[in-house]
Amino acid sequence: MAHFTKATSVKDWFNQRLAVDKVEKVMMSEYWIPKNINFLWAMGMVLVITFALLLVSGIFLLMYYQPNVDLAFDSVNYTIMSEVDFGWLWRHVHGVAASVVFLIIYIHMFTGIYYGSYKKGREMIWISGMLLFVAFSAEAFSGYMLPWGQMSYWAGMVITNLFSGGSLHADGLVEWIRGDYVPAQAFLNRFFMLHVLLIPVAIMGLIGLHFGALRIPHVNNQDGEEIDFDIEAEKYLKGDKAGSRVMRFANDFMSKDMMVVGIYLVFFFYLVFFHYDFAMDPVNFDPADGLKTPAHIYPEWYFLWSYEILRPFSTDIGLMAFAFAQVIFMALPFLDRSPNTVPASRRGLFKYWFWAMLIDMIILTAMGKVPPVEPFGSIGFYAALTFIGLWIALPFITMMEKKV
Amino acid sequence: MKENSRRGFMGKAFGAVAGVGAVASLYAMKKSWDPLPSVKAAGFTTLDMSTYPENELVTEKWRGKPIFVLKYTKDMLAKMSEVDKSRVITLGNDTFMVCLGLCTHLGCIPGYNPVEQNFLCACHGGMYDLTGEVTKAPPPRGLDIPPFKIDGTKLVLGEEGPEYKAMKENGITL
Repeated sequence: MAHFTKATSVKDWFNQRLAVDKVEKVMMSEYWIPKNINFLWAMGMVLVITFALLLVSGIFLLMYYQPNVDLAFDSVNYTIMSEVDFGWLWRHVHGVAASVVFLIIYIHMFTGIYYGSYKKGREMIWISGMLLFVAFSAEAFSGYMLPWGQMSYWAGMVITNLFSGGSLHADGLVEWIRGDYVPAQAFLNRFFMLHVLLIPVAIMGLIGLHFGALRIPHVNNQDGEEIDFDIEAEKYLKGDKAGSRVMRFANDFMSKDMMVVGIYLVFFFYLVFFHYDFAMDPVNFDPADGLKTPAHIYPEWYFLWSYEILRPFSTDIGLMAFAFAQVIFMALPFLDRSPNTVPASRRGLFKYWFWAMLIDMIILTAMGKVPPVEPFGSIGFYAALTFIGLWIALPFITMMEKKV
Repeated sequence: MKENSRRGFMGKAFGAVAGVGAVASLYAMKKSWDPLPSVKAAGFTTLDMSTYPENELVTEKWRGKPIFVLKYTKDMLAKMSEVDKSRVITLGNDTFMVCLGLCTHLGCIPGYNPVEQNFLCACHGGMYDLTGEVTKAPPPRGLDIPPFKIDGTKLVLGEEGPEYKAMKENGITL
């Protein structure tokens, strides 16, 4: 048994039992962050805070929400919105955060692509991040079912229909997922379970993996420089704080990180209080009706780009293009054949690839929102082809890249 | 070494027990996700076909989905080609269209025009004739016909009768 002495203070008492000083060092004050970074490096913490907001607001919604096809709609739109004190606050925080979290995820992703933060030992950071994206997508979709409005119902119908695999007509699989021939009580109950338990647990596990994947390769920096973190940390600890190229995670980095979080929260609560409606589809304020299709079914904005890759093609090709779009980002570290880990601006053709991909995804997003009439149908079609073409071109243009 | 092989054996024994348990619990989990017997039992709808008015679209409900029932007049039947007639369901002297009222494109509900005697899907402009056969893209095929069984003047939806099986074999419906 370990040797325990009489504690000299409360802190010492805990230190002997839980090594709190050691934990603090490993996690905070001696976890080293490069100095050569900018505000885009704060997006991780912004996401952590947004996830916390989702969790807290979700807990309060869970106290009044009824996962029953007859009661769900009113429990959200009447009980939570009119009866529960500040119920509207939790709902709007939850709805706005669910939307904004994807905006930040996309910024976080494209920051990683721009600075090459998925290369040279950082592959697992990228892959765990993309798994988080998948988990967040599933979380957003399952949550969207819960108010049981028209968009909930028909989005549930259309998305579960995707699993029939087009001409494969795997209707049995679709019915198995739904637990019924159409989205009904069994469907609502199981998606409620997924939304409040299974997927959040998976997300928390993946966040752990994502952070763990950072420990060995460390955070990337603005120039993709390789830093010897041991030497730089030693320099810092010896007192040469200015000469060292790294700083402490806490409080050095965190102080600026939380500054960005503060600005973000002002923007976030501005949306919650004054523009929450952007995250609330008016069609979803009609209760679910299996005998009446809304005139125009579209997903929330953050799924529009992949929806637009599905839509312009015939059923089977559309499904294949959609499946391609869902998984291809995962393979980025292996499709980028260039040895360079520098910002896209210094990487020749890759610079154009980056901006073309970003603009193409914005175009796909815009085209996914409008009805498929000309010229939008054609623009969407060519933007979808461009998306696939860019990914096919990526290994070739990065192979040709000169070493910098 | 004797120690090691004993540990090795214990490890393998545990692996075998855990493996059987894992497969068994996956089976249980899969079965728990299956539609309930009550849901399956509710998957049959019986329609009394003697009550429908001619050339008026009636929407019934089967497995939560809309079912179009359209009783044909003599004129409507006369208009049809032999190919069209293959989609028609006959009970005694009465003839009907019975289709899933969901556009085969993306699942919207088409509307019936009793004057033009055709269907238009407002979502993406797909059109069907009075037998539910597609006349204008984007729908890839005519309206699906649900499994049915003729029982005197009644039609049981959800059960596959000989007439339905024949339609399925001839590729008239999926």
